[in-house]
Amino acid sequence: MMIPSCKRVSELLSQAQDRPLTLKEKFGLYLHLALCAGCRRVQRQFEFMREAMRRYVEGDIDGDKARR
Amino acid sequence: MAERSPTQGAGVTAAELDRYRPYLVRYARLQLRDQSSAEDVVQETLLVAIENGDRFSGQSSVRTWLTGILKHKIIDVFRRGARELPLAAAGRGEDATEEQGLEALFHADGRWRAMPGDWGDPDRAFENQEFWRVFEACTQAMSVKSARAFVMREVMGLTTDEICKELDISATNCWVLLHRARVSLRACLETKWFSKAR
Repeated sequence: MMIPSCKRVSELLSQAQDRPLTLKEKFGLYLHLALCAGCRRVQRQFEFMREAMRRYVEGDIDGDKARR
Repeated sequence: MAERSPTQGAGVTAAELDRYRPYLVRYARLQLRDQSSAEDVVQETLLVAIENGDRFSGQSSVRTWLTGILKHKIIDVFRRGARELPLAAAGRGEDATEEQGLEALFHADGRWRAMPGDWGDPDRAFENQEFWRVFEACTQAMSVKSARAFVMREVMGLTTDEICKELDISATNCWVLLHRARVSLRACLETKWFSKAR
């Protein structure tokens, strides 16, 4: 089976937040992430951005609240 | 005896509703990308809430109730805008620029041209007011189309199907827009915050 490229993996990491991935997509994604530190960083960064967006909208954007 | 307003009857006063204004404006500004449009739509939302206060059942929180009204108001603005300028025709130039920006991140074989940066413990940024100014600027830097899909997904919590219906685009197109938005936001945060914070 072909391991997906970094570009395809960034697409899959994004789509994983919007739809269920197929088994084949999940397998390729996890295989790639096991081998690629750069894409593991992007995975964590996408998750961070989602949390940042949630906090921004909630108004949870100052030090006191962030530490609670 | 003074007549009680509907909002008082439901246990929600106009003054209490006004406490939610900053949150509602922030929510609307992310979508509409314009302070005065955001303030207008929030004003309309609060007026609807005051007029329909007696319909507030108390089953949800006041904020959830207000957010629900605001979502409909924002979608109304989009629909009015879409009649004047369909989304497909909006921002064609910046659309191409965003696509080129995405392509520039990768070699022809799909590998990263530059290793994505190490953001360390990014959660520490949450405690820094300056980070939130950068974050807001980066959300405003996305193309109109990508930003609209992204905020509908991440802020309004719409499903892909609902976004497709509202924007009149295919599911594949929607996923492309959401991917572009996330890659654009990631690159902006890395350039304007995390590479400087190291």
